[in-house]
Amino acid sequence: MNDILVNLASLGDKLAAHVLLAAAALGLGIIIALPLAVWANRSPAVSRVALGFSSLVQTIPALALLALFFPVLLSLRAVFGEGLPTLGFLPALLALTLYALLPILRNTVTAQEQMDAGVLEAADAVGMTRWQKLQLVEAPLAAPYIMAGIRTAAVWTIGAATLSTTIGQTSLGDPIFAGLQTQNWALVLAGCIASAGLALVTDALLGAIERGFQMRRRWLVWAGITLALAGILAAAFAQRATDDNAIVIGAKPFSEQYVLARLIGQRLQDAGYAVEYRDGLGSAVVHEAVTSGEIDIAVDYTGTLWTNQLKRSDNPGRDAMYEQLVRWEADTTGTLVLGRLGFENAYAFAMKKDRARQLGIETMDDLAREARRLTIGGDVEFFRRPEWLAVEDAYGLKFGRQRTFTSTFMYDALKGGEADVISAYTSDGRVAADGLLVLEDPRGALPSYDALVLISPQAAKDSELLAALKPLIGAISVEAMRQANYAVDRLDDKRSPAQAARELARTIDAP
Amino acid sequence: MDQPSHALLEFVNVRKAFASTVTEDSAVDVAVDGVSCGIAAGSFVALVGASGSGKSTLLKTVNRLGDPDSGQVLLAGDNVQDAAPAMLRRRIGYVFQGVGLFPHMNVADNIGIGPRLSGTRASDGRIAELLELVELDGSYAGRMPHELSGGQRQRIGVARALAGNPQLLLMDEPFGALDPLTRDGLGKRVRALHGQLNLTTMMVTHDMAEALLLADRILVMEKGRIVADETPRSLLKGAGGPIAQAMVAVPREQAAALAQMAQLDGPA
Ligand SMILES: Nc1ncnc2c1ncn2[C@@H]1O[C@H](COP(=O)(O)OP(=O)(O)O)[C@@H](O)[C@H]1O
Ligand SMILES: [Mg+2]
Repeated sequence: MNDILVNLASLGDKLAAHVLLAAAALGLGIIIALPLAVWANRSPAVSRVALGFSSLVQTIPALALLALFFPVLLSLRAVFGEGLPTLGFLPALLALTLYALLPILRNTVTAQEQMDAGVLEAADAVGMTRWQKLQLVEAPLAAPYIMAGIRTAAVWTIGAATLSTTIGQTSLGDPIFAGLQTQNWALVLAGCIASAGLALVTDALLGAIERGFQMRRRWLVWAGITLALAGILAAAFAQRATDDNAIVIGAKPFSEQYVLARLIGQRLQDAGYAVEYRDGLGSAVVHEAVTSGEIDIAVDYTGTLWTNQLKRSDNPGRDAMYEQLVRWEADTTGTLVLGRLGFENAYAFAMKKDRARQLGIETMDDLAREARRLTIGGDVEFFRRPEWLAVEDAYGLKFGRQRTFTSTFMYDALKGGEADVISAYTSDGRVAADGLLVLEDPRGALPSYDALVLISPQAAKDSELLAALKPLIGAISVEAMRQANYAVDRLDDKRSPAQAARELARTIDAP
Repeated sequence: MDQPSHALLEFVNVRKAFASTVTEDSAVDVAVDGVSCGIAAGSFVALVGASGSGKSTLLKTVNRLGDPDSGQVLLAGDNVQDAAPAMLRRRIGYVFQGVGLFPHMNVADNIGIGPRLSGTRASDGRIAELLELVELDGSYAGRMPHELSGGQRQRIGVARALAGNPQLLLMDEPFGALDPLTRDGLGKRVRALHGQLNLTTMMVTHDMAEALLLADRILVMEKGRIVADETPRSLLKGAGGPIAQAMVAVPREQAAALAQMAQLDGPA
């Protein structure tokens, strides 16, 4: 309970960013939906297209909608120039605005359809112009319905805004995503409570405005509007306090990335830099974010870039792969590969030691021999990755059974005997903690996954920054990384990523 | 019965058709089929006919709630189509069965809407005066429409139509939804106002008895055409042709039947 309170208290800047994002999306949604609804009311074709489109948008999962704006904005750079942001506030705003459209549009159109024909005829007959009719009759009569639509849109938007964390926009989703990855439930709960609380307060305020319209109590309408605006202004004021010049460090949504981002951030802070973290960036988004300068620094892995960016499927060997990558980044994206951190986070096949000994398995070749009698467990994407196909090919692997788990439960499955072998990650703390045997790969089928530091083209010009980070290169052993990861992942005596990073830093400074 | 010389309102070969919704084969439904007639200033004209005969369609060509396909409507000699609809309508009172009070405005604001649209404001005294015209006291000014009975609502409807001092009052089955007693009282009141305010009134009704009792000229419509144009007196004397006479027969037979019943039972 106390943990949740402490976490809640630290969410001020996330809350401010969340409020501003949701308010902007809602405002933009209103500005678009209201005239569109008036137009739709005068033209059945417009009505069909507008309602059809906004209903279609609703069927796209919010997470996907947010992610889709990244490539859309990227392609729009051809029109608007390289300055167009592809991550963060802009794509989140656009996606959430689309999301907010439907309830406002539908309620406004319905309000107009339901309007008493006699009242509308009277409005014409007493000599109202079109504008007077809209202003004096249609708008006031539709207002309660429109407010109800805005209310629904507000609640949806505030909920969906938590997902904007995945495209690099600070929000109350940050603690939720980070907490889920590191199994820090107090953090998850704090994020959920804050966002649900915000939704409830907003709903109550907008509900008061709606009732004000219904009962024609002007003071209630104005009180509601004033309070809502005050909240938005307070958030804007709080936001102004954040530093524009801060170095932004990105992280993919898993513990190792959180820890390394803190490790880098702490060094920079010691060197006098202001630092911000963008946690939980989608894995596909991180590389583009750093090359485009949306973020300044990220940690990525050779094998990932090799397949996803260079689109290569061959395996030239660990060092050759790294050297080609450095050259490729310099030539095509202008991004600096500062260096390798010293450990790999590769896919590897792991078994319980006693089970492996019992079956006489030490290498992948041994595994291939026994595979037909065994069950393999992989994470959700593993069996679709090129690495799996490469390994299957190289060793002629044919398992008796194939099962998919989330990465956290994969280790439990191995422990509980639901899988005999899993696709583990070499730097995962649980490999050592659970006493697992990592099978050798004598044919080199699995590419290497050296962790490396990417620096955006702009940040690469800052020699002090580079100097501050240089000591990290080659300084992190896989054992040290496993220990730090485990400190964050384990259920007892849990460390925050920042604490784990500080402990990791000590092993670097005092080798 | 042409009276073009001192007609306030004149229909010249007015025709209007709607795309038929009943038959699919692009047939059209002729609602008003070449109507020509003049309405003298100061007259109270009833437009009577079966449902669907085109009465409302004809009436709405006057205040441009529905423009004719061909022909002209002249108001004081000017083609109404030359006027901006909103401006034209502010000069013409319009009362219809649905009343159409603005539910979010109180009685005073409903009555004062016409002046407000023209940029002036009806004073409290003026509102009280208009309420008095329709036999309601000033305390009604602050009420909301949903707090009124059907009869009171239509009284407000009439007051609203009169607020702009119109010369011409158009009414489309104004009392159609009211109970007989209320209907009778309000009918008489409107007829009195017609004289008091020097109005020219055109009232649509499907009730011949009402027309006979209130109007001084009755136009009978059938399938978009005017088939009879008579005074109540001449209609009662048998003029106007078979369609008009069939309509007159109904109240006449009812009256006769009632009189007979009264005679048979004797005085109570
Ligand atoms: N807005 C409209 N759209 C289509 N047809 C209409 C419309 N208004 C009237 N009509 C048709 O025109 C004819 C005359 O209608 P109307 O003038 O309302 O008759 P009345 O008032 O005598 O009952 C009817 O056949 C009716 O169906
Ligand atoms: Mg009618």
